[in-house]
Amino acid sequence: MKYTYIKYITFIFSLTFILVGCSNNNDNNDLPMGPDFSGTFMQKDQMGRPAVNTVFVSAASKDEFNVTVPSQQGAKFQSMFETNLTALSPAYANAGDKNALGLDAATFTGLLATDVLNVSLDGKTTFYDGTNVLTGRALADDVITVELLLIFGGEDFSENPSLSNDNVDANDKTFLTSFPYLASPW
Amino acid sequence: MKKNKIYLATIFAAIIGLITIAADHIDAPAAQGTTADITDFYAFQGEDTSNLVFVANLQGLLSPSATASASFDENVLVEFNIDTNDDNVEDFVIQALPRDGKMYFFGPFTPTSTGLNSTVNESAIIGEVMITPYDAIAITSTNSAGMKFFAGPRDDPFFMDFARYGEIIAGNASGFNSPGSDTFAGTNVLSVVVEVPKSMIGSSGTINTWVEAKAKQ
Repeated sequence: MKYTYIKYITFIFSLTFILVGCSNNNDNNDLPMGPDFSGTFMQKDQMGRPAVNTVFVSAASKDEFNVTVPSQQGAKFQSMFETNLTALSPAYANAGDKNALGLDAATFTGLLATDVLNVSLDGKTTFYDGTNVLTGRALADDVITVELLLIFGGEDFSENPSLSNDNVDANDKTFLTSFPYLASPW
Repeated sequence: MKKNKIYLATIFAAIIGLITIAADHIDAPAAQGTTADITDFYAFQGEDTSNLVFVANLQGLLSPSATASASFDENVLVEFNIDTNDDNVEDFVIQALPRDGKMYFFGPFTPTSTGLNSTVNESAIIGEVMITPYDAIAITSTNSAGMKFFAGPRDDPFFMDFARYGEIIAGNASGFNSPGSDTFAGTNVLSVVVEVPKSMIGSSGTINTWVEAKAKQ
């Protein structure tokens, strides 16, 4: 009986030792622990559609555009976009002038100033393929020529042909058909 | 040798200073040239058409010789934002944060607060993948939810005769050349790629998406 009691006490003591040991190890980081993901992360850069901040936002406002939430970008930046679009492509200043999407300067810049990428969950995802408009952005999409056409190409993509295509139509490496889709580095 | 390297670095910095635009490469003073500079964002249907793929590229214009030493910043969170009800406020986010050679992914989950500041949601669905080293075959992983993950250097998928565009804007050229010259040919970026079943971010219709780079305070 007494022997059992001693064994019991010893067990308790050992257990305490082990528990203290573990706790010490944790305090000293001797044992591998999970990564630390704590902290607050503050916005530095953001992007929806290609080349929007770079083309339509004036130099002094580029940082501010990057830290304005999309739901406030339209109200804050649409008029600046319209001014810069009209400076780039003066035909937009003519009354009734539109691009091939049927958008005039105010409507087009109203769309662009809210810098989000619209993506369809139902079918083909492309920036523009002649049929589908703004249903995503695939790797091979020639987004710059599409944007140049919408800026300079007029109602039927025929205006300013020397400005509305950069004549670089594809990437310098072939994309993969499977995940991760992007080509290996040079 | 060392002098040459410094000289080259100075020239490279000067060239970078001259270049002011691209897809989103070096788009703004506070972001450009930093580890939080987003160069591009893509969102498209996957090989399995029930999935959607998000791509964020960072730290653009890496020469092949500079790529091996380029690395993701452990203080920079990459956050994919997904708006499902067309108010341009995120309803889901997918977060990616590197730790010790691995990229960890959280989400998609509904953030408790939206906007410019974020915290990592460690209780969200989680995935992880080893960051692929330069010159290695792409390392990918798949989690139990069917999401796929990749992080590492890739060829910059962006293409444009950016140099000529700069000449046109500067008034030194009246139009593009034909054929043009891809300013981004032969350069690399650091890519974060995540593929997610569409059922996890909505059923049908159109979503609005954008990507953010956020630095730890």
